[in-house]
Amino acid sequence: MARPARSFRQGTKPRLAVMKFASCDGCQLSILNMEDELLSLGTVLDIAYFPEASSRRLAGPYDITFVEGSISMPEDVQRLADIRQRTTWLITIGACATAGGIQALRNWADAEEWKRAIYPHPDYIRSLSTSTPISEHVKVDFEVWGCPIDKRQLLRVLTDIIGGVRPRLPHHSVCLECKRQRQVCVLVAKGEPCLGPVTQTGCGAICPGMARACYGCFGPAEGPVAAPGAPPNTHALAQQFHRSLGLIPVEVIRRFRGINGYLQPFREESHAWESTEDTHNQG
Amino acid sequence: MNPSHTASWGILNRRDFPRLLDALRTQGYRIIGPTLQDGAVKWGDIATVDDFPVGWRDHQSPGHYRLERTESFRYFDIVHGAESFKPLTFAPRETLLVLERTHKTFVATPILPDPEPLAVLGVRACDLAGLAIQDRIFLHGPYADPYYRARRDRLFIIAVQCTRALDTCFCASMGTGPQATAGFDLALIEGDADFVVQTGSEEGARLAQHLSLHPVPPERLRQEEIRMAACAASQTRSIDQSALPRALYDAHDHERWDDVARRCLACTNCTMVCPTCFCHGVEEQPDLMWTRSERARVWDSCFTPDHGYIHGKNLRPTIKDRYRMWLTHKLAAWIDQFGMSGCVGCGRCLTWCPVGIDLTEEIKELIRSRQASGS
Ligand code: SF4
Ligand code: SF4
Ligand code: SF4
Ligand code: SF4
Repeated sequence: MARPARSFRQGTKPRLAVMKFASCDGCQLSILNMEDELLSLGTVLDIAYFPEASSRRLAGPYDITFVEGSISMPEDVQRLADIRQRTTWLITIGACATAGGIQALRNWADAEEWKRAIYPHPDYIRSLSTSTPISEHVKVDFEVWGCPIDKRQLLRVLTDIIGGVRPRLPHHSVCLECKRQRQVCVLVAKGEPCLGPVTQTGCGAICPGMARACYGCFGPAEGPVAAPGAPPNTHALAQQFHRSLGLIPVEVIRRFRGINGYLQPFREESHAWESTEDTHNQG
Repeated sequence: MNPSHTASWGILNRRDFPRLLDALRTQGYRIIGPTLQDGAVKWGDIATVDDFPVGWRDHQSPGHYRLERTESFRYFDIVHGAESFKPLTFAPRETLLVLERTHKTFVATPILPDPEPLAVLGVRACDLAGLAIQDRIFLHGPYADPYYRARRDRLFIIAVQCTRALDTCFCASMGTGPQATAGFDLALIEGDADFVVQTGSEEGARLAQHLSLHPVPPERLRQEEIRMAACAASQTRSIDQSALPRALYDAHDHERWDDVARRCLACTNCTMVCPTCFCHGVEEQPDLMWTRSERARVWDSCFTPDHGYIHGKNLRPTIKDRYRMWLTHKLAAWIDQFGMSGCVGCGRCLTWCPVGIDLTEEIKELIRSRQASGS
């Protein structure tokens, strides 16, 4: 854990940078969406480098750097290492940076073949065969999950760092928030294959509130790597999708292989359903 | 709800039922009751009798809830909704305090709720039993909770007696239903042409005076007793409480815990819908300048990773630890702690469990094999 902000140079505002790798910019937009708080953000932080918002581009070092996007091109690795050198806090924002993002679907495919199939000049495309999370390459001080991130969570993390408090975000399931909001469960009442029980809270249970099943945007509940016997119990939920809700194995795979599909609990669940149907039926 | 109140009964004609709503409104109550929302029944505002889910009935089984159309004209064919009574008294999220930093110190201002008078119509015996348990937790002893108190004191409760049980109901074995005997201002039994109205408090008796009730023939009361007894007899699930709490403490190392842990998602739904679960967390929400903070109380659950987290370590890291914690507290430790079971037999945790885990089955296995092994 990086040193807390109370040791930021006396009398100076912490310098913030926002960097981007392979991503859609949606998480950076979530920062700009903090309309009510942007002014106070400007008074407590020195926004030194944020090309999406301002032409002001101060060189590092920075106190806090938000990193959006996954490692997808050969030169990304070196650029990321440089960023790590120049910042005290490196905080990843969003599913691309924390999980490899939707573009990590290529990790299951033959990337060269895709290039040839899609682009008229595949030789112009300079990308790695995988899309990987930032934490596979450098030490990350804190991860803010979500696709896109939730601005209240981001604000909370900033508030904590500025106040000299170690940031913490809850890791429990979406269901807890869904019930706090007094929503009707779409899995039980409509038979929708909701990922809420195995997905980390943070979004405010938006989809069930719109009568839709959770897509798992905030990644596996309780962290990117499941300990033995600990949540998320993806297998029990997948079995329920298959046996009670009637999803066929390829549909189960698609539920888990989404925006956060490359993180271990979701990845292993989708792999388990790739073998023959007979195997799953034995459970 | 004065225990010294002497109950009286009367008959309310079906066409006079709207008078009940009028009388409540004249007394200044907002009225809520069962209403259709998002493919289920939830507490909602009742402006006219048309807001009741007339022509619908609910089917519930473990992990499954569906509404079905019927030809019936009754107001209370829905047995019980997705929510227990709990959110009406113990709010899922509520601000407790605002803390403000001044020159050298800080000021804490409690934010007490000032809720409007609320009449709740269609409360079931199990809901009342759950409410009585929550009263015991939040209002008993020297530290009565003022937030709960404010929401509790504004209530006028109109129970509806159960004459149909769901597949998931097992109140009869818990001794909490299907007949509500206390804890209400008025109780209704819905018949085809009328309602039998029972008073449960002085406030209820005063309100009943506005309803032009007719006398009830004694044989009608006997018929209704029989209907409620038949409802109890129709329940297929049960918990054998005779061996509790001991049997569950003795089952601490039972292999059934591993079995249920393979099925349980630790999703928290059972604890959220349970009318008696009272766990909560306290969240601090400071502003960016650290000059002001709101402190809120939010529903929490023994299935979250934070619940068992004490100074750098989670005491209950696995799903097995957490399920065992929930069931052992609910059905055993609760008896030692509060002198009563933590389960009222409403069956909501069965229905709203996404994978349909049935605690009556789990407890049966945990106790049965113990007897089989003679320990
Ligand atoms: S709708 Fe989804 S998130 Fe909400 S309680 Fe049901 S399973 Fe959980
Ligand atoms: S444990 Fe289940 S059946 Fe018992 S009171 Fe709670 S929700 Fe109802
Ligand atoms: S558990 Fe009993 S009191 Fe509750 S709804 Fe079912 S029959 Fe009625
Ligand atoms: S018993 Fe069911 S509702 Fe409760 S935590 Fe486990 S899966 Fe969720």
